[in-house]
Amino acid sequence: MSLSHEDVVRIIQILDSSHFDELNLEAEGVKLSIRRNGAGEAVAKEKAASATPHLKVTESTAPQIATQTVIYPSAHGASGLIDIRAPMLGVFYGAPKPGAEPFISTGATVDKDTVIGIIEVMKLMNSVSARVQGIVVETLVNDGEMVEYDQVLARVRPA
Amino acid sequence: MTLTHMQSPPAKITRVLIANRGEIAVRVIGTLKKLGIETVLAVSTADRNSMGARLADRAICIGSARATDSYLLIGALIEAAKGTGAQAIHPGYGFLSERADFAKACETNGLIFIGPTAEQIERVGNKLEARLIAQQAKVPVVPGGQVDTLEAALQLAEKIGYPVLIKAVGGGGGRGLKRANSATDLSSLFDLASAEALAAFGDGRVYVECFVTQGRHIEVQVLGDGKNVIHLGDRDCSVQRRYQKVIEEAPAPNLPDSMRRELYAAAIRFSKHIAYRSLGTIEFLVDVQRQSFYFLEMNARIQVEHPVTELITGLDLVAEQIDIANGKSLRLQQSDVQQNGHAIECRLNAEDTDNDFSPAPGKITHAYFPAGAGLRIDTHIESGAVISPFYDSMIGKLIAKADTRDDARRMLESALSEVRLDGIKTNIALHRDVLATPEFINGGVDTGFLGRYLAERTAQRTSK
Repeated sequence: MSLSHEDVVRIIQILDSSHFDELNLEAEGVKLSIRRNGAGEAVAKEKAASATPHLKVTESTAPQIATQTVIYPSAHGASGLIDIRAPMLGVFYGAPKPGAEPFISTGATVDKDTVIGIIEVMKLMNSVSARVQGIVVETLVNDGEMVEYDQVLARVRPA
Repeated sequence: MTLTHMQSPPAKITRVLIANRGEIAVRVIGTLKKLGIETVLAVSTADRNSMGARLADRAICIGSARATDSYLLIGALIEAAKGTGAQAIHPGYGFLSERADFAKACETNGLIFIGPTAEQIERVGNKLEARLIAQQAKVPVVPGGQVDTLEAALQLAEKIGYPVLIKAVGGGGGRGLKRANSATDLSSLFDLASAEALAAFGDGRVYVECFVTQGRHIEVQVLGDGKNVIHLGDRDCSVQRRYQKVIEEAPAPNLPDSMRRELYAAAIRFSKHIAYRSLGTIEFLVDVQRQSFYFLEMNARIQVEHPVTELITGLDLVAEQIDIANGKSLRLQQSDVQQNGHAIECRLNAEDTDNDFSPAPGKITHAYFPAGAGLRIDTHIESGAVISPFYDSMIGKLIAKADTRDDARRMLESALSEVRLDGIKTNIALHRDVLATPEFINGGVDTGFLGRYLAERTAQRTSK
């Protein structure tokens, strides 16, 4: 499922003409939260994703939704999986050395301390641990790829 | 702003990583796009949806919101540049822009640092070293010297002219300072100052320095290629609050031509002495009563207030930085630089001017900035944007340029009245009031002006 800019504008219009303050929509690949301006303000400020009836605001909301779907294209929404995210920006290595077996692969069991990869920053190697217990469902980064801070490296079904 | 040069794309740099945020990131992206250079913006998690992130060809998340975990991470920025195939890094101002270790890290990783050399940053960033360079380049520094006896102190003070400041050599942070307005004052204070210095710092030596009662902050924009240096005129940044610039203008009003020429010559001597490369600013303190000036410091980066210079010279200073970073020689000669008209800039901040200027971050529900000939707005704010509590409170800069100072001032006043920034507190009302004061209208206020004006304003309010 995907949402176009027009879809989001429509949803905001519907919310605006309703008596609800907040709308949360979760479907495969999409997670959309809209809050009426001022409702739950502390959270709204944090997320910057709150919406008001102004069209200008909805324009600035649109790229955000796009970003969510672009960066994490296979987001499983309500599937109960946990993301293992990059704690820093750097070059990701999925194996202890070139040609060696990868730290993890699909189906592997991990616990909180299991090393799932290495991130190199300025020739310093930083090991990344799973920080969650469960079974690896998906690995998302190739060996030698640069990862951004907070990028999803793998998905785990918690045990 | 027009770009009259660089018809063809630069030779080396085709992709730049911008290691900054806010309005300067948007400003730099604007010029790079015009030059056909691809842009990668390093963002923190708090800035993922910023205007800069949207305008850049690519935004890359380098860390969490706190600057120490993102915009100040040298390693992450270098890796981000390498990983995205950028050949150069533009540091903007603030953050890592004047960190020699960052420039050095770029150099050792084969990246072009769009700025001076690491060595130059190091040298001008060290106050003692910078003062030494100034002296070697025959650029005046605040006159003064260490004295051992009252005799010597009186002699030196006579040479400098009163008032003078007696400082403890071992002191700092304003401790052990005494002001002497005359020889009588100095005679009665000298022994006391020396005894106090001994008691407080274990060192009785004192220093006599010229005390500037009425000073103006005037700076000269320079551009060098590592061999030659030219100046791009001056700016007056005397409207300050606690050493923070609030309003800037170019050229400095009511400054004798002879002094303006001397300031330019001194700035060029200083920059040439260190074979300065890239864009830089030499800051001076102009002593109004003595009609003299002293070197304060050099800023080895682009300044917040650079637009006033751009508007009166017609140059794009970021494009000039890129040109130099590509290893080219200065494309301009001094005679090519013409100054026309007058430009004034107001820094718009999200702050509560009635509550000791405390930052007032929050969501700007509706933003509107007027447009028109002679007006320029440099901002990262649009309707729905958030002034984050993690960074400075700058919303942007509103700049007006006209043939005369008075026209520019009026244009700015009227533009300020049209700006709409709903949802947060700003300093716009204060800007309008200051622009309308007789002192500002006359031009050439000293650095104490805004402080006095604010004190008066507070006094008037409380008496009501």
